[in-house]
Amino acid sequence: MTVSTELDDRFRAAAASAGLLDVGFDVIESPIGQLLVAATDRGLCRIWFRPNLDEQLDHLARAFGPRVLRSRASVDDAHRQLDEYFEGRREGFDLTFDLGTAAPFARSVLTELAAVPYGQTTTYGTLAAKVGSPRAARAVGTVMNRNPLPIVLPCHRVVGSNGSLTGYAGGLELKEQLLRLEGALL
Amino acid sequence: MTAVSTIPPFERFYLEQREIVFGFLCRRMARDAAEDAFQETFLRALRAYDRLEHGDYLRAWVLTIAARIAIDTGRRTRPAAHELPELPVVDGRPAYAQIEHLADGLPPTERAAVVLRYAYDLAYDDIATALGSSPEAARQAASSGIRRLRAKNDLTLGGRA
Repeated sequence: MTVSTELDDRFRAAAASAGLLDVGFDVIESPIGQLLVAATDRGLCRIWFRPNLDEQLDHLARAFGPRVLRSRASVDDAHRQLDEYFEGRREGFDLTFDLGTAAPFARSVLTELAAVPYGQTTTYGTLAAKVGSPRAARAVGTVMNRNPLPIVLPCHRVVGSNGSLTGYAGGLELKEQLLRLEGALL
Repeated sequence: MTAVSTIPPFERFYLEQREIVFGFLCRRMARDAAEDAFQETFLRALRAYDRLEHGDYLRAWVLTIAARIAIDTGRRTRPAAHELPELPVVDGRPAYAQIEHLADGLPPTERAAVVLRYAYDLAYDDIATALGSSPEAARQAASSGIRRLRAKNDLTLGGRA
């Protein structure tokens, strides 16, 4: 006698709807590969490319608490909006975020980043200037590299001052792929 | 064991224990009831999970929760069920609550073995599953736990050793 998929789903849904989770997550399919999407009751808290489940479970437990459970319901909205984005039917995300313990500088950079429009690019230096630290382009790069919510907070839209793609935590190919999808690279 | 292990993310704990818990419940009740009890077991575990102090003996811990739910289910649905003997109640507290309390000072393996054997009336096969040991080792842990309790409390327990 084994635990059926129905019973497993039922427990996971009950756990999420009872509000017992520190973090609910799911692994979803996308044109750029699997994504691990995680949320607390305050909002979306992590997106990972090509997840390594064991590592990321530990990471989530350390960052948000041990009650980490896979549960579709916890990330329903984000999942749907990501699907629409990849199908080219959505340009902006209507989600709340939980940036957890992000430092004030990172938080303000990520807030500015969220305002970079679909299909356009900006530079590290421009973002640095927008948060009032025009010389902090490199620090902005570090924030981009550690962006907890790639795609949704569009660090793929940030390029070097000479227009080069520069870098991307998910790999330069991914960055190029996302910019192509948005029509920013032809 | 002296090293105290950290509490794993609930997902990992659940994946590791769910089949054992479900099998345990299915041996004690009909499948429909076992499915309800399964969900209740892990919801209770989840409610208590962030208050755990370490990650040791999680299997024994979750089987203890499952056993308690199985007893409650048995009381509700089949008060005369022969496989769930009514536990003596003294001072309004069921025997399992008293034994759990008494066994608090025992080393963890002995405590789990004593509680699962005498408070929940589990067979040594099930206790061995819970402790990740052999039935013989489970029997030894329970009897040395009982000896320790007797020495400390001058206690007489009625169960079969």
